[in-house]
Parts: sequence; C-alpha cells; structure tokens
Amino acid sequence: MIELIKDIESRFNTSDYIQKLKHLAFITVEKKQAISLVTYLRDYHKYSSLTLLTAVDWIEEGKFQLTYLINNPQNFTEIGVRVMIDRENATMESSHHLWENMATYQRELREMFGIDFPGSPRIEENFILEGWDNIPPYRRDFDTKEYTENTYFPRPGRESNDPATYMKSKMYPND
Amino acid sequence: MEKNNIHKFEELDVDKFLAPENEKRSVLAPDGSIVEIDPLKDYFCQDRPEELKPRSGPVEKFLNWARAESLWVLGFGTGCGSIEIPPLVTPRFDMYRYGVQMRPTPRQSNVFIISGYLSVKTLKRAIRSYEQMPSPKYIIALGSCTINGGMYWDSYNTINRLDHYIPVDVYIAGCMPRPEALLAGFAKLKELIKAGKAENANEYARNFDWYKANQKKIIKDWNMPDFNW
Amino acid sequence: MDLKNLFQMNPDRSQYPEMGEDGKPIIDLSSHKYLKIWQGPQHPGVTGNMSLELTVDGDEIVESKTHVGYLHRGFEKLMERRKFIQCFPTCIRMCVAEPDPNEYILAACIEDLGGIEVPEMAQWLRTLALEMARLQVLLRGVPGQGGTFALGLGYQWGNYIRDLILDRFEELTGGRVYHMYILPGGVRGLLPDGFKKRMEENLKLADEFVKSIDDLMYNNAVFKQRAVGLAHIPKEWIDKYGVYGPAARAAGVMRDVRKTHPYLKYAELDFEPYTTTESDVYARSRVRWYDLQTTIDLIRQIMAKMPEKGEIKAETPNVMHWRIPKGETYQKCESSRGEYGLYMVTDGTDKPRRVNLKGPSYTHANALLDKLLINANIADTAGIMVSLATCPPEIER
Repeated sequence: MIELIKDIESRFNTSDYIQKLKHLAFITVEKKQAISLVTYLRDYHKYSSLTLLTAVDWIEEGKFQLTYLINNPQNFTEIGVRVMIDRENATMESSHHLWENMATYQRELREMFGIDFPGSPRIEENFILEGWDNIPPYRRDFDTKEYTENTYFPRPGRESNDPATYMKSKMYPND
Repeated sequence: MEKNNIHKFEELDVDKFLAPENEKRSVLAPDGSIVEIDPLKDYFCQDRPEELKPRSGPVEKFLNWARAESLWVLGFGTGCGSIEIPPLVTPRFDMYRYGVQMRPTPRQSNVFIISGYLSVKTLKRAIRSYEQMPSPKYIIALGSCTINGGMYWDSYNTINRLDHYIPVDVYIAGCMPRPEALLAGFAKLKELIKAGKAENANEYARNFDWYKANQKKIIKDWNMPDFNW
Repeated sequence: MDLKNLFQMNPDRSQYPEMGEDGKPIIDLSSHKYLKIWQGPQHPGVTGNMSLELTVDGDEIVESKTHVGYLHRGFEKLMERRKFIQCFPTCIRMCVAEPDPNEYILAACIEDLGGIEVPEMAQWLRTLALEMARLQVLLRGVPGQGGTFALGLGYQWGNYIRDLILDRFEELTGGRVYHMYILPGGVRGLLPDGFKKRMEENLKLADEFVKSIDDLMYNNAVFKQRAVGLAHIPKEWIDKYGVYGPAARAAGVMRDVRKTHPYLKYAELDFEPYTTTESDVYARSRVRWYDLQTTIDLIRQIMAKMPEKGEIKAETPNVMHWRIPKGETYQKCESSRGEYGLYMVTDGTDKPRRVNLKGPSYTHANALLDKLLINANIADTAGIMVSLATCPPEIER
C-alpha cells in the first residue's frame, strides 16, 4: 500500500496520510482534485467498489468533511479519501457517473447535511424525511432534544440525567 | 351532528405538497366527454366519523362477545415490534386459537397493532390505515416507544405519545415485548371488549377536532383528505 | 374504442414503453397505457416498512422507484448525543432482525480507536454469538423465500426452530431479540451450564430442517418455475451497483468478509463459503441455504474448539468518563446479508463525533432493486426483494 500512496502523492495534492489498519488507509485531498483522485483509483488501481460516502460536520472550523471510502476487491484493501469543503453554501461536484449507487448517498447527504451535488439524479426529491422545514438534522447546530420537546408532546414524569453526575450524586453524596 | 366542516381546521397550503396525480384536472373519458376530477374530494367520503351508540343490553353483550372472539389484525409492521408477530402465527404461540389472525388490508381488520415507534412519515400512513378500518376498531400499542418515546425520546423524527394522535386501547410495555406479552395483551383487549369498555373508536369521533389538530401540527405536508374511509 | 384489442389474450407490448433519446422510458400516465401503483408500506408483499412506486404496463413493471424513510429514527444523530457505552442500546436497534453484528462493529470501532485488546475467550464467545445470530436470521430468511412464492409451510417450520435458537440466546444473554451481549473490551458472560448440550439438540433439529426444506422448496415445481431465471444480476454489476454477500456469491464473485478480512476467530475455523454463477433468485436462495449449513457446522466447530474458561472482558477505563482520542476508523463484519460496516469519527470527547452505518440493503434496495424490477411481473416483486435480503431499518437508520 505504501507504493500506491507514493504514486498518489506524486500526482495529487494530498496530505494527512494515515495507515489506520493493515488494509485501511485515509488520505486528505483538496476539493478540486477529489473526483479525479477517486476516478484514478477506480480506473488504474482497481479500487472498483464504493463502500460508502458520508460527511462529518466540523462546525468549529466551518468545514464539512466528505469521506469517499472505496475498496479493492482484488487485494482487499480500502482507502478513505477525505475532502474538506466549506460549510457555507456547501456544494460538491457530483460523481454519480462513477457508480450507480453513488446517487443514493448524495441524495441522503443533500437531505441530512444540506450538501448540494448539482446534476445528481433525483437530488431534489425527498429521500428519508417528508415535509421537513427545519435546518438539515445531521448538522451539529440542530438540537434534536429541543426540537422534540417543542414538537411532540413529551409525557410528563420522565426526566433524564447526565449519567456521570447522577451516579456520582447517588453513590457519593458527601463528596 | 355538523357535517362537512372539514375546513374548520387550520388551513394549510396544501397545493404546495400535492403529488401530480392528486391535482385537480380534466380528463377525456372513453366516450369523448370531458370529466372534471378533484382526487382529494372525489374518491373519499367527506363525512366526519360518527359516534356509534351501543345497542340495548343483551344485544350489545352478544355483539361484544362476538367482537372479542374474532380479532382480525391488520398486517402493517410499523416498527421493530413487528419482528415478534411472525412467531405468533407458528405452532409454539399460535394466536389462531384465540381467534386472532392477520389480514392484508384495513377493510377486513379491526385491530391495528402499532408495533413500536412511529416516525412522522409512517404516522401519516398509519392514520390513513386506521381511518379506513371499519368500526368497531381497536388499537394495541406495542413497546415503550408508543408510551413515552422509549429509546427514541429525543429523536427528531419519532412521536413520543401515540395517544395524542390515535386513541389507544391497550398498551404493551417492553422493548421489545415478548410474544407471550402480546398474547396477554390480546387477552386484556378481549376483557375490555366484553366489558364494553373498548370504546376508543367513538372517542376518536368525539374528539375528532383535537386529534386532527395534533396530527396536523407535526405532519407538515398534509396532502391527503382530512378524513377518508 | 377497439374492443378486439381490449380482449386480446396476449397483447403485443413490445412497443411499450417507448424509449427516449437518453435511454429512459417515456411514460405518459394520461395516455392510459400505464398505471401507477404503490406497493407498501402497508402491504404483505414488502419486506418490512418501505414502499415501491411502480409504473406498470399490464402486469409488467416499466419503472420502479424505492421510497424509504418510514423507519427513520435518526440513530446517527442520537449517538452523537450519547456516551460510548450508551450508544450500545441505540446501535443494536439499527437492524432489527440481526442485532448482533451491530453490537460487534460498534465494539470493534471503540476498541480500535481506544486501543483495547480483546481476550481470547471473549473472541470465541463473540464468534459464537455472531454465528447464532446468522443462524436465526437464515432460519427465517431461507424459507421466507418460499413464502414469497406462496409456499408458507417452510416459514412455519423455520420460525419454530428459530424460536429455539432465541431460547438459547435468552440463556446466554438474557434477551430474546435484543441481546446487548458484546460490550467494548469483551462480552457480558460465559456459557451457562449445559448450554452446549441443549444447543446440539437444536442443531440436530436444524439439520433435519435443512434436509426437509431442500425437498420442500428447491425440488418444488412451482418454486423452480417461478424462481429460476428471475432477476438475473450480471457479474459486471457487482462493483457498479455495490452487491454484497450471498447476492454477489451467487454471481460467482467471492464476497465474504469472514474470508477476505478474517476477524475474531474466523481464521482458525474451517469453512468455505459457497459460490455459484447462475445469479438468479433460485441461485441466491440456494447460496443462503448452503450458508445455513455452513453456519450450523461453524457453531459445532466453535463449541468444540473454544476453551472452557478464561478472561471474558479486558480492562477498560470508567465508561462514564471514557474519552477516546481523535481519530477515524471503519470496521466491518459479515452479516447474513453481506458486508456490514461502521464508520466512526471521534474528536477526543466522551461522545462520538459521527457514526455512519453501511449496510448491504442500502445499495441492494435502492439502485439495484430499481433496476432489477424493470420488466419483472408485479407478483414477483416480493420474491426479488427477499432474494436481495432487504432490511429497511438499516437503509434509513
């Protein structure tokens, strides 16, 4: 896998290479080159299968991290290609032409994170939610507990506590 | 009873959510005439549900006995609890011996098992299925999540209290309840029906406005008739 | 209106649907040639709570769109609000029919990021729990394929034996459907007294069931006529559409995480997943039938090879204050439906930053099913869905 990474590093602007497990590595690439890197890995290095595409919200830095996890069915290795994109007006180039199942992931990301993939099939349609009018729910600034308390009718008498402080107050009341 | 007052509820901007097949349109019939169609009005009964008064003494008793002994369950697995319903059909638990059996359509059934949490999207379908069932109809709510949200008390997409949207006859607690608990639930429902206490379909008719208001509060894309059967 | 055409027994449908320039059918609903029907969510022929928007021409499907989201609970959001140990009761409910792989992948992610070694005995017990989970799913799933072609008897037999396996689970873990047996660092308990003996009795019943289901289903004329040649998946689609597990193995492609990335104790066990090349509903069902035999054999092997006693849980930090350093990982295992993985990102706090579950149904039920249903009959939809082992709660989480 080292040779492969050297090959990638000589061709693309990459950083933060981590060999997580024997068969699993993560590498960060800049936004412009991301789709070309994924296509290059698919066509020249037999990373022909898409495992998943997902996003992570780094709200403190104002970034979304997109992870394209692709695997090679010949030597059973996997590479996670990380892309950092801006949180404001988040848009990413669509890659639905690479795999047939990519469009589903992009639809989900559009709905749950609000990341747009222009040109992806059925991207405007609802995937999971129906009639949602709040900010996309998987974003970190969406508070699901507050939303629940205001929307659904919580049954009175149910309280929840932070387990650490609650157990401490029960077991060591004098501390 | 005042009829056809479906506009009493808060007016929603329905047109925004209508699927193309639900829009008003004119259609050319095979004989050449032009027919105006409004799918949200045409195919559904627009009357509000009505309260059914019990018959006099022994007749009602006999009817209740008959109702209790043939509970036909709607086969709609709304949540994870539906995984414990197939074992009920097998010889080990065998719910047929209590007169309980599964039916494929709401028109043939009178018990609706809400098997666990309801997401908002399913709640919309569950309400329609419930309203299509003929009276008398009963609801068994399965699992803790129908009582107070259970596991999903802080989830943005699941309701917390089922009884604010549809009237519930019997709750079965647990996550998830065992098949034995389900059988006990059926036994309890039978007791209630025989005692004439399972009158929640009438309760729904009486408090129709309140239920509808609650339902419309969370189903934001209300693109179906207010009542249909 | 031409009455002759209306009553013609075998109408010529080759002209429908007309294909547009982009290769997609032109479907005009007002032309009265097509009908749009919804299969599900309240429909006995749908695996769980999901729906298919079918456009049909006569009996034949010309376009299909999968609609999911009826079971969405927002697990990935809920787990961001919970401590690592609190994630377990949430995580196992992601796929209802087979909860143990959920427990295992979450524990594996936490152990990988937190740097914990699992003791040998715990690894054996985890392997046993995972195989038992696979057994109980296959006991429902294999005859379930017959159920979709109106052969309900095998389903009753299978469910009966599955109940016995659930009884063993109850002895082992205390839970019937949700077990919470696997925890970070190990498992919750050793085997109870006499467990192996009772398990062996149940496995004997399962052996008989395997034989009888062969006679009942795979040599049944109706089943063969309907399943052979139905919904063929070409080999080129495996990577393109993301096909995993038994569906890929039926197409002649070896996709089994137990063999390709041996986890837990699978490297020490002797088994060979079955592959074939026919790749239709019959072949996929057959592969799962062989899987059932493999699983029964594996449970026997595990019970023979595992030590009697040993350490079952490694030392972990206090779970109430456990902070896991910043990092990300992807851990996977083989469920009965195929590769089942969890992608976890941590940021140094006591809660995960992001958790994403990848189940085989996600691709099977969306991109692949939409494609496979084209030109199939309405009556075969249920059979095709079950042959892909669609599990809605794992698609939308």
